[in-house]
Amino acid sequence: MIRFDNVSKSYPKQNRPALRDVSLEVEKGEFVFLVGSSGSGKSTFLRLLLREERASQGQVHVLGKDLARLSNWKVPQMRRQLGCVFQDFRLLPNKTVAENVAFAQEVIGKPRGEIRKAVPQVLDLVGLGGKEDRMPGELSGGEQQRVAIARAFVNRPMLLIADEPTGNLDPQTSVGIMKLLDRINRTGTTVVMATHDQQIVDQMRKRVIELEKGRLVRDQSRGVYGYQH
Amino acid sequence: MRAQFVLSEIGVGLRRNLTMTFAVIVSVALSLALFGGALLMRDQASEMKSFWYDKVNISIYFCNKNDAETGVPQCGKGAVTADQKKQVETDLKKMDVVESVFYEDADQAFKHYKEQFGDTAMANVITPDQMQESFRVKLKDPQKYKVVATAFAGRDGVQSVEDQRSILDQLFELMDGMNIAALFLMGLMLVIALMLIVNTVRVSAFSRRRETGIMRLVGASSFYIQAPFIMEAAVAGLIGGAFACVLLVVGRYFLIDHGLALADKMELVQFIGWDAVLTKLPLVLAISLLMPALAAFFALRKYLKV
Repeated sequence: MIRFDNVSKSYPKQNRPALRDVSLEVEKGEFVFLVGSSGSGKSTFLRLLLREERASQGQVHVLGKDLARLSNWKVPQMRRQLGCVFQDFRLLPNKTVAENVAFAQEVIGKPRGEIRKAVPQVLDLVGLGGKEDRMPGELSGGEQQRVAIARAFVNRPMLLIADEPTGNLDPQTSVGIMKLLDRINRTGTTVVMATHDQQIVDQMRKRVIELEKGRLVRDQSRGVYGYQH
Repeated sequence: MRAQFVLSEIGVGLRRNLTMTFAVIVSVALSLALFGGALLMRDQASEMKSFWYDKVNISIYFCNKNDAETGVPQCGKGAVTADQKKQVETDLKKMDVVESVFYEDADQAFKHYKEQFGDTAMANVITPDQMQESFRVKLKDPQKYKVVATAFAGRDGVQSVEDQRSILDQLFELMDGMNIAALFLMGLMLVIALMLIVNTVRVSAFSRRRETGIMRLVGASSFYIQAPFIMEAAVAGLIGGAFACVLLVVGRYFLIDHGLALADKMELVQFIGWDAVLTKLPLVLAISLLMPALAAFFALRKYLKV
């Protein structure tokens, strides 16, 4: 699903590379936490997965494709097989819940009949059945994040990338979101989630990848947030 | 791709940037009206050229009694004789460059003069015997004027050889100058229009970066993301182009047919017809559609990450 081979990434005008010689593999259906302090390279890692950036050295394979060799015009095709969730939800404030979810299908040209069927279905899945016509501003943070997850999942991606999805939420709401992500993971979707939330990582007991100053310092199945010696 | 979705996005974008859209429309309209005007001016010039050049190229004027009496230097030997005229005519017909020759006697010249100047004080004191007889010579190649002029100027009985084109050429030079000025102004307006379009696209790309960011993440193709911006520019341009067309049509109507009514005031001038105006309109519309679309496309490469 994901393979990094000796991947380094440096940005121009920065002498310290954001990622240094990272190699790892994530299998289909895995749930992976990506942890590390700010500036450890988590965001760069995710940006490489989305091919918002290209690796300076090494190879990044996502969904069996070498992203360095993927031509620009094929990138959208690749991204359709990924779903993304962010800390700040990134919903369109002037569209209803249902329209926000439908947007993800409209822009890739899904037929309208299919959209009409898929949207309520996925909203039910994330627990927002009956709130189709509400505006994002009327919803709580947790509900907004559920909308964002519904949008990320409506096209049934192979891989869901979540960048601190609980960063703006209180612990109780966060648990609900994590349960939802776990449920999505159980449908066979691979989930990669960057987080600072120690409690969640400790509770879930999933694979943990820790980055520190751009280096991979820990890769532990059924791990916890902090170091365990 | 769903047309309705795209169309609603265009509408939203144009309304969001209403002032900019208006500026784009006005500048496109003005620049293309100038462009069309310059094209029509060129048509007008060539229309007049062919009209006048066809009529006559060279006039060979003969001395009349009046010239001899008042002491015009070329006519020192008195008025032209029938032999001299005959000689000039046969010589003219021998020349390769000459296409046709026709003779205008003093009465005809008088009649033409009267037609042209009518009841003015000058025309009333002129009598037929003051008019000059002349040969009107049409050349196969009007540029060969010199050959004829050197052959006949200074001959006995010939008062002067005039290239009538030289008078017209001054007029055409003036029209050319106006044409260049119009094109220059058009170029300037075009630059302004393009810069406005680039700026509009930049602003609207910025104000919609949330949408485009999401589109990008869910895998919309770059064409799909860019299309609304490009269509927005194209629609604004097309509206401007339509205004330019209206300006051209109204312009011809008021300059030539009504309002200024030049066609009535300058009967000697052959004016361009409606067909000349109408054939320019598709070109103006096409440019108004394509130019902003291209400008938007290149602006997006810079301001919209895809």
